[in-house]
Amino acid sequence: MMMQKLRRSGELIRYGSKSLINLRPNKDSLSRSVSGFVNHYETKGKHFESNVGNYNTELHHGCLGRNLGMLQQYKCFGSSSASKIQRNPLFSSLDSKDVSYFKEILGDRNVVEDEERLETANTDWMQKYKGSSKLMLLPKNTEEVSQILQYCDSRRLAVVPQGGNTGLVGGSVPVFDEVIINVGLMNKVLAFDEVSGVLVCEAGCILENLATFLDTKGFIMPLDLGAKGSCHIGGNVSTNAGGLRLIRYGSLHGTVLGLEAVTANGNVLDMLGTLRKDNTGYDLKHLFIGSEGSLGIVTKVSILTQPKLSSVNLAFIACKDYLSCQKLLVEAKRNLGEILSAYEFLDNNSMDLVLNHLDGVRNPVSSTENFYILIETTGSDETNDREKLEAFLLKSLEKGLVSDGVIAQDINQASSFWRIREGITEALQKAGAVYKYDLSLPVEEIYNIVNDLRGRLGDLANVMGYGHLGDGNLHLNISAAEYNDKLLGLIEPYVYEWTSKHRGSISAEHGLGVMKANEIFYSKTPETVAIMASIKKLLDPKGILNPYKVLPHSLFSH
Amino acid sequence: MKILVAVKRVVDYAVKIRVKPDKTGVDTQNVKMSMNPFCEIALEEALRIKEAGFAKEVVAVSIGPSQCVDTLRTGLAMGADRGIHVETSSSFLPLTIAKILKSIAEVENPELIFLGKQAIDDDCNQTGQMVAALLGWPQATFASKVVLDKEKHVATVDREVDGGLETLCVDLPAVITTDLRLNQPRYASLPNIMKAKSKPIKKMTVQDLKVDIKSDIEILEVTEPPKRKSGVMVSSVDELIEKLRNEAHVV
Repeated sequence: MMMQKLRRSGELIRYGSKSLINLRPNKDSLSRSVSGFVNHYETKGKHFESNVGNYNTELHHGCLGRNLGMLQQYKCFGSSSASKIQRNPLFSSLDSKDVSYFKEILGDRNVVEDEERLETANTDWMQKYKGSSKLMLLPKNTEEVSQILQYCDSRRLAVVPQGGNTGLVGGSVPVFDEVIINVGLMNKVLAFDEVSGVLVCEAGCILENLATFLDTKGFIMPLDLGAKGSCHIGGNVSTNAGGLRLIRYGSLHGTVLGLEAVTANGNVLDMLGTLRKDNTGYDLKHLFIGSEGSLGIVTKVSILTQPKLSSVNLAFIACKDYLSCQKLLVEAKRNLGEILSAYEFLDNNSMDLVLNHLDGVRNPVSSTENFYILIETTGSDETNDREKLEAFLLKSLEKGLVSDGVIAQDINQASSFWRIREGITEALQKAGAVYKYDLSLPVEEIYNIVNDLRGRLGDLANVMGYGHLGDGNLHLNISAAEYNDKLLGLIEPYVYEWTSKHRGSISAEHGLGVMKANEIFYSKTPETVAIMASIKKLLDPKGILNPYKVLPHSLFSH
Repeated sequence: MKILVAVKRVVDYAVKIRVKPDKTGVDTQNVKMSMNPFCEIALEEALRIKEAGFAKEVVAVSIGPSQCVDTLRTGLAMGADRGIHVETSSSFLPLTIAKILKSIAEVENPELIFLGKQAIDDDCNQTGQMVAALLGWPQATFASKVVLDKEKHVATVDREVDGGLETLCVDLPAVITTDLRLNQPRYASLPNIMKAKSKPIKKMTVQDLKVDIKSDIEILEVTEPPKRKSGVMVSSVDELIEKLRNEAHVV
């Protein structure tokens, strides 16, 4: 059972007795892999070739110290379902002296060896990825995180930073026996400025708790997502989580004003500014936003929060085809621009799934349509906003862009509409096996991949599309009775190649984690990845921070 | 047959209530206001009766400030045929509201008056009963099922009581107040929101209805319930016993 679960993730075999990874792809995977991003670059012809040449030399002499040509590595990425990870033999194994040391600095209670608690911490939310760590550490402050890392670095003990463990790409759980550093005890709000709206807090604050705290002050967090009840702000920052409010307040690269992070050797980088404008040198905090704990552990965050506006309205709309959804988005931006705060979509397959698997959910509109859209407005004048939204929707109804719809009359109704959109993930879990892809694509292409994949998979699986249409972010989910290699083979690398061909991103907001570490080249050029590898080497020379994730395994195998 | 439904505009069910600093009442400035959920259920039931062919018209009534029109529009968008807004800037207690509803009933002559069993702001649970008493009509409160018999001119109502369900048969005209499990109210759809825009809302004043609004109840002070103290984690059984003995004084 467990092996099955691991295999379906396609990439890791924990108990495997196979020796080194075969870095050389077979011909078949090569030919498949090059159809994506490479195509795009081939058009540049010689330029591309020469870049590869340069990189080769760099690599040979430089940072990675390996003499494997980039071109070769580059080709490895196609064999996603074939490549396996080996535990890096350079990492030490935990011994009793290590545990005693940690107990000395953290106290007995915050060094967890209890099997039940470790079982939970080793397993990701989807129960798809499972590590075998024997130790979880619960530091209470930055100083303790620093001491832990300093020690782990000197001992070459690999670690995995963990927050609420709600990640969707296996980034927050160990792959092998990495020591888990959970920042859950670092959960204090440090400061809040009611004039600027800047909140400074520790990394382990739960998103919903921060929202509740801010609510009493009349402010809201600039991000909101389904996992808010468990996820930590440190984890949100480390994965650069997107969520439902991005269309209005922008990404965390804009709203995080500063942070404090601890690098692998225990250095504390105090970048905890609270200024909106600060052009002094390289803005290094951005390296820690979205790097999934591979460059350092985020310990404190300062984030720009927004005044809570009194008037929130929500409409649940039915559209007959994808083109209407797209046209409606353009119209919504034009007509509701200053109050538009969410534009989410789901297809009828997603709706059916929610209706079948979640209790107490009903379709708000009486007719069944192919697409449903949630439009939320947030403003300061209830009467004005409501009239505006109503007028916009009635006009769209007349134009035929909208075939039916309802407007929430109270917060309870609004919650029940959101429940449908936010409940899809939960419904998918209940429906059986699920392959999740989180893609950024040009809005006009978003639904084509769903249709193409439906055609490709036929009766084998139920393909669903939903997501943040306003941000060009599709959550492509393939639900099947059980995980199987044949199905996975049909999905990957097809989905990645399709995305790459349309210049999309294979990870819009979930991150790469262990699931997509090897697929980075579908969205980033070899030159860019090479720089990423140098930065990794600089901040974490021994590679102990969240190993096997984010960057391709081939770069770090020895 | 005509059905009259009273709908009250209240602080939204999901909003955290804040008491005004001067303790004169609840803060409603910049707070989301919605139709009282029990009134929504009352209206839904009236609409279902109409759709089943037992009634010809559903009239929604709201009493309060000018924004009550929004609440009435919601009712019209759900399907009510027309609205009556009794505009007043002061907030009334149940007896005054019941007197106002009585005089509207005398003008409109409905055969059924539906009200929510209580409003979620003051939780009085009195208006329906008072309206029935003032009109001298039978009443069936806390309804969880309503069945009309057009020929015999009666309503059979299941009531939620402490011991279970009680079934009453009341002659029409009657007053029925609705409980949570009676039905699940519908949403306001776009086509119906559009239609609602052209439905009439009649404005009235307390003076028009010649109702004595003098109340013999005075509200002295509104305060928040005492805050619950946060719990503490004890690290050992000894500490627990120590706390139970010396702080809680229970052992």
